[in-house]
Amino acid sequence: MRAWLRQHRQALAAALGKLAAQRSAAALNALVIGIALSLPAGGYALLASLRAAAAGAALEPQLSVFLRMEAKDGEVEALRAWLKGEARVREFRFIPREQALKELQATEGLAEVIAALKRNPLPDAFVVRPRTTGAAALEALARALRAQPAVAHVQADSAWAQRLAAIAGTARLAIALLALLLACGLVAITFNTIRLQILTLRAEIEISKLIGATDAFIRRPFFYLGALQGAAGGLLALGILWASLAVLNSGVAELAASYGSSFRLGFLEPGDALAVLLFSTALGWFGAYLSVSRYLLEIEPQ
Amino acid sequence: MISFSGVAKRYPGGQEALQAVSFQIEPGEFVFVAGHSGAGKSTLLKLIPAIERPSAGAVLVNGQNVGALKRAALPYLRRNLGLVFQDQKLLYDRSVYDNVMLPLAFGELGGREAARRARAALEKVGLSARDKANPIQLSGGEQQRLAIARAVANRPAILIADEPTANLDADSASAILGIFADFNRVGVTVLVATHDEALIGRFARRVLRLAAGRLAQ
Repeated sequence: MRAWLRQHRQALAAALGKLAAQRSAAALNALVIGIALSLPAGGYALLASLRAAAAGAALEPQLSVFLRMEAKDGEVEALRAWLKGEARVREFRFIPREQALKELQATEGLAEVIAALKRNPLPDAFVVRPRTTGAAALEALARALRAQPAVAHVQADSAWAQRLAAIAGTARLAIALLALLLACGLVAITFNTIRLQILTLRAEIEISKLIGATDAFIRRPFFYLGALQGAAGGLLALGILWASLAVLNSGVAELAASYGSSFRLGFLEPGDALAVLLFSTALGWFGAYLSVSRYLLEIEPQ
Repeated sequence: MISFSGVAKRYPGGQEALQAVSFQIEPGEFVFVAGHSGAGKSTLLKLIPAIERPSAGAVLVNGQNVGALKRAALPYLRRNLGLVFQDQKLLYDRSVYDNVMLPLAFGELGGREAARRARAALEKVGLSARDKANPIQLSGGEQQRLAIARAVANRPAILIADEPTANLDADSASAILGIFADFNRVGVTVLVATHDEALIGRFARRVLRLAAGRLAQ
């Protein structure tokens, strides 16, 4: 066990030595990997920020039922009873016109406009969450609500949120595809780097085999080299992402402030950042594994 | 013990390097493999660590049929053999000491014991004072002594040398053979291939003489 650990320590030291000996080439490789990985990582961070910003929005379909201004209390109560007994309604809540006005006044930029009004122009309303979310079922329920005597207008509120969710889903898929393609690129870069290393060290490998080195012993430094290169690329990707977000956020802050928002593009969560690092390390190792499996067997002592 | 029984070796081009070679070498023997260039000396030596596999017959090393060994078992066979080559096969980007440490890094030895063995091997071949030098700074005879130090660092029971004196002057060649004789005196089986009849004459040992791939004696 101690010998095994010592051999791993030596392999790691040998890999670090090779990286140090070829600083420029290693740095360029890591930079290429870093830039490639920063693209999907950045896309993921952007989506996460937008998801957090949209968290308050209702993604479930809901119907806003505006009542006639002249609706009598009895008609409102009849509608409440109808909603209570309607199987297609999961839940509903009543929003009195005074509360609706208060909420509107709280909206940035509208306070002065509302204050200028002589009377409250808003009607009482019910917000209804249906049990079924299909478009046809939603429309049928809206039709039934419009037929109620107290109802003036029915509006489906969640269409935009559903579209946003669909766009986010498509973007997530695109980012996953991009990540897959760039991961293949990372593997190819590591594969080629290790191939060149193997060819450069052909004589040493041949001598090592001749005097009793196992394949595992010879492979190990190359695995560490691939993994270290992947890890360096992952670290650079995180650095590039952090710097890019810092630059972008100065513009985003200005734009968000004009909407009265404090929205900022956030960096990856610690777990996600760690996942990027582990992923890039694993891909580097995998590239080295493919290269070593392909080329090491070809070298035999003569 | 090394045993060749009806061994033949035919290379892919059809060249017959060895034909029906049979002999036995007992533990502790010192044996020369003699013959002209192209007689099959190198091929014969390469069959022992399974660098080449026989086309026919069996090569046994300590009772193990090395021609039938699986690839994964070869490193363990080779660790028990000390191999010395005409071109030394040294690593010129490492120091003398690091070259000797190379075979010791594969095994189970601790770092301290490996270092002790490497220093002992360098001491035996008289290169202790040059341990930090690069092999390129050594003379031909010193490079060959370094190759011997690396070969014996793992304390193998069998030492195999292919033309170890081919590029050396007579004095250096005698000194190298003297080192092999020293190891043989402490029980190491030594097998040296050479075409230098004068050198063979100076060391009165058993000779396996090859001619056109066949054992003459």
